[in-house]
Amino acid sequence: MSADAATHDDHHDDHGPAKGFMRWVYTTNHKDIGTLYMITSLIMFMIGGAMALVIRLELFEPGMQFVDPGFFNQMTTLHALIMVFGAVMPAFAGMANWMIPIMIGAPDMALPRLNNWSFWLLPFGFVMLASTLFMDGGAPAAGWTLYPPLVLQTGNSFPFTIFTIHILGISSIMAAINIITTVLNMRAPGMTMMKLPLFVWTWVITAFLLIAVMPVFAGAVTMLLTDKYFGTSFFNAAGGGDPVLYQHLFWFFGHPEVYILILPSFGVVSQIIPTFSRKPLFGYSSMVYATASIGLLSFIVWAHHQYTVGMPVAGELYFTYATMLIAVPTGVKVFNWIATMWRGALTFETPMLFAIAFVMLFTMGGFTGLMMSISPADLQYHDTYFIVAHFHYVLVPGSVFALMAGTYYWLPKWTGHMYDERLGKLHFWLTTISVNVTFFPQHFLGLAGMPRRIPDYAVQFAEFNAWSSVGAFVFGFSQLLFVYIIIKAIRGGQKATDEVWEGASEHGLEWQLPSPPPYHSWITAPFVK
Amino acid sequence: MSKFKLWPAGLGLAFWGEAQADYTLNLTEGVTELSRDVHDLHMIIFWICVAIGVLVYGLIIYSIANHRKSRGVIPADFHENTKLEVLWTVIPFIILIGMAIPATRVMLKIYDTSGAEMTVKVTGYQWKWRYEYLDEGLDFFSTLDADSNRARQLGSNINPASVDNYLLNVDKPLVLPTHKKIRFVFTGADVIHSWWVPALGWKKDTIPGFITDGWAKIEKEGTYRGQCTELCGRDHGFMPIVVIAKTDAEYRAWVAEQKAAKDSAKADEGRQLSMNELMTKGKETYDSNCAACHQAGGEGIPGMFPAIKHSPVATGPMAQHLDVVLNGKAPMMPAFKETLSPVELAAVVTYQRNAWGNNVGDMIQPSAIKAK
Repeated sequence: MSADAATHDDHHDDHGPAKGFMRWVYTTNHKDIGTLYMITSLIMFMIGGAMALVIRLELFEPGMQFVDPGFFNQMTTLHALIMVFGAVMPAFAGMANWMIPIMIGAPDMALPRLNNWSFWLLPFGFVMLASTLFMDGGAPAAGWTLYPPLVLQTGNSFPFTIFTIHILGISSIMAAINIITTVLNMRAPGMTMMKLPLFVWTWVITAFLLIAVMPVFAGAVTMLLTDKYFGTSFFNAAGGGDPVLYQHLFWFFGHPEVYILILPSFGVVSQIIPTFSRKPLFGYSSMVYATASIGLLSFIVWAHHQYTVGMPVAGELYFTYATMLIAVPTGVKVFNWIATMWRGALTFETPMLFAIAFVMLFTMGGFTGLMMSISPADLQYHDTYFIVAHFHYVLVPGSVFALMAGTYYWLPKWTGHMYDERLGKLHFWLTTISVNVTFFPQHFLGLAGMPRRIPDYAVQFAEFNAWSSVGAFVFGFSQLLFVYIIIKAIRGGQKATDEVWEGASEHGLEWQLPSPPPYHSWITAPFVK
Repeated sequence: MSKFKLWPAGLGLAFWGEAQADYTLNLTEGVTELSRDVHDLHMIIFWICVAIGVLVYGLIIYSIANHRKSRGVIPADFHENTKLEVLWTVIPFIILIGMAIPATRVMLKIYDTSGAEMTVKVTGYQWKWRYEYLDEGLDFFSTLDADSNRARQLGSNINPASVDNYLLNVDKPLVLPTHKKIRFVFTGADVIHSWWVPALGWKKDTIPGFITDGWAKIEKEGTYRGQCTELCGRDHGFMPIVVIAKTDAEYRAWVAEQKAAKDSAKADEGRQLSMNELMTKGKETYDSNCAACHQAGGEGIPGMFPAIKHSPVATGPMAQHLDVVLNGKAPMMPAFKETLSPVELAAVVTYQRNAWGNNVGDMIQPSAIKAK
C-alpha cells in the first residue's frame, strides 16, 4: 500500500520503506508501527476469543463436559489478560500511531526509535505468556487480578506471568511517553490544544493515566514475586502483611486501566458521529473537560471493586459517593453525542452504525455501573454474572465496537480502497445481535445468584447460559468476516478519494491527505486556522 | 449421552423429577430486613435507569428516524448550548444525591453488628466451609454433597438435572434459628473466599489472617442456598453453602442432638475400632475432606495433586504418612491436625492405606493419634 504512496512525495522517495520482512523489524515509521500494532491486536483478539469460546463451550449446559476446572480457570485468566493487554490496548496504540501525527499535522511520532521498541516488546511478551500453557502446573489460573494468596499457588508459570506484565508495562509506558511528547511538541502551526481532534485529546489523557498507574501494577506484581521467592510478607498476614493491600494496589492500577480501555473509544466515536451527522461535534470543550474529569476521578474510586472485603464503613461510603460522581461526566458525553446527531443529516455507513451501537450499548453498561456504585446493592451484585455482563457491555460493544467503528472509518484512508459496504453492514448486524444474545442474559444469571468464574452451575441457570453460549459462538465466528473484509480492502477495491466520506475534510486533517497518505506525510506542516 | 440433553432447556424443565429451582429474572427479596432494604435500593436505581434509558434511547431513535439525509434534511450547525449543558450536568447530580441518602442509611445498618444474640464463625477452606457455633462449642465442616460431587466429575455422564439441587447441596448444612440477630465472623484458612447466601442480602470475603463480619436476622423458616463468590482455585465452583433456618425450639433440639453425637464420637476415641469401622468412617471422611484434590479413587490430578493410590507415602511407613496428614505439606496440602477429630484422622489414614489396591494391611487407632 505504500509503494505507490512514494510517488506523492518526490523529495523523499529515496526514504521510502525498505523491502521485505526487515522493513517491519527496523521500521521507525509511525504508519508501519501502527499497522504492526493493529495486526498484532487482531491476532490476539482471535486467540483471546478462542479462549472465550472454550469457556462458553463448557458453560453451554450444566455438568462438566469438556475441560478440567483448573484449565477452565486458566482460560478465564488468559482470556482477560490477552484481551486487555493484547487486543484492546495495542489496537488503540496502533490507531494512535497511525492517526495522531496525521491529525495534528506532524511528520511522524516524536520518538520514532522508542516507538519501534515499544511495539517489538509486545510479541515477545505474549509468546512468553502463551508459553505458560505448556508449563508444569499450567498457565496462571487466579484470574487476571492475580489476587494473593491464591496466585502464590501458581506453578512454574508464576514468574513468567509477572515478567510478561513487566514487559507489557514497559511497552505501554513508552508508547504513552511518545504520544504525550508528540502532541505537546509537534502540532502544526495554529493547532492549539483546544483545537485538537477529540481522538487526540482522549489519547493524551489516556497516556497520562498509563504513566501514572502502570508502575503501580508493576510494583504490586513484583511484591508478589518477592513474597513467593524471597521470603517477604507484603501480602501474608502471618508475616505482618495484608492480602487486601494487594487489592488496593491492583485496583489503584485497575480502575484507571479500565478507563485506559474506554477513553480512546470516546475519542473515536467523537470523530465519527459528527462526520456522518454532517454537523460539528456538540460541546467540544465540555467533551474535553468531561474526559479529563473521568480521568481524574478514576484515581479516587478504586475500592469500589472491593466493597465486600470488610473496609471500614466510612471507606465504603466514600467510595460509593466518589463512584456515583463518575456518572455525571459520562452522562455529559452521552448527551453531547446525542445532541451532535440531533437535527443532523444522518447517513448510516458501517462506521456510523458501530458508533451509534456504541452509544446505546455503552450506555447500557453505564446503567449497570451506576447500579453497582450503590454499595449495599453491590454486596449482592459483586462477583456474580451481573458484573460479567456489566464489564463486557462496556468492553465489547464499548471499546471493541469503537475499534471496529474506527477501523471501518479509517480503513479507506489506510489502504486507499473502500471496504465492501455490504459485507461491513452484515458484519455489523451479526456482531450487534450476537453480542446482545451473549451478554444480556448474563444480567439475569447474576441477579438470580450465579457467581462468576465457575466452570459449572446449578440447573436453574441452564437456559440463559445456553443462550449466552450460542450468542458467543455466533459473535466469535462473525469476526472472521471482519478479518476477511480488512484483507479484501488491503488487496483492492474501489479507489478511495482523499476525503473518503462526504464533507469529511471539514472534520480533520487526515481527510486532506491522499488515500493512502504518502509514507512520510506532512513534511511541510499545514496551517490550521 | 449427557451432551445437549438440556437443549432446548425450557422443555426439559417440565420433566425434571428432582428438586431444582426454576430460573428467575430479578434479585431475590430474601428473608431478612437487610435483603429487603437492598432489594428496594436495587429496584429504585433500576427504575431510575429505565427512565433515563427511555429518554436517551428515545432521543437516539427519534433522531435516527427523522434526521436522516435520505429524507432530504438540511443539517443544522449548532454546536453548543450552555444552558442545556448545565442542565444535564446538574440534574444527574441531584438524582445521585437522592440515591446516596438511602444507600448510606442501608450501608450503616448492614455494618451495625451490635446486639447480636449468637455468633457463628465461618472459615473458608479450599474447598469447603467450616462453621463454629461459638456459643455452643459446635464445630464442623460443610462440603459439596456426594451426589453432586459424583455428577460434576468430567465425563461422569450423570445428568445434573437428576441430582437433587445440583451443586447447591452440602453434606452438613448450617442450621440457624429464625428471629434472632446472628453475627457471623469470617476468616480464611488458605486463600480468600467469599460467603454468599443471596437470601440474607449480602456477601463477605473470608480473608486469611483477618476477621470480617456481618449479620442476619432470618424472618422465615426454610432452606437458603448460596455459593463461594471469590475465585479460590480449582474447585471454586464446588463449595456451596446451605443454611437451614428453624424455629428457636427446633434449633435448640438440633443443637442438643449435635452435642450428643459429639459426645458419642468422643467416647470412640478411647475405644479400639475394628478394621471395618475404620474403613467405613475413613471413606466418609476421605470423600468430604480429601477427594476434592486427590479424587474419589485416590488417583489425584497429574501435575497438580499427587495420587494416593500406590503412592510411596500411603504405602510406606505409617509415621511418615501420618505426619503429612497431621501437619500438611507446602505449598497446598493443609494440616488436618486441628480440623479433624482423632477418630476421623485414624480412619482416614487407615482408609488411604487400604483402599483402591493399597493393601498395606495395617491400621491406626484414635488413641494413638491422641497421644501425638
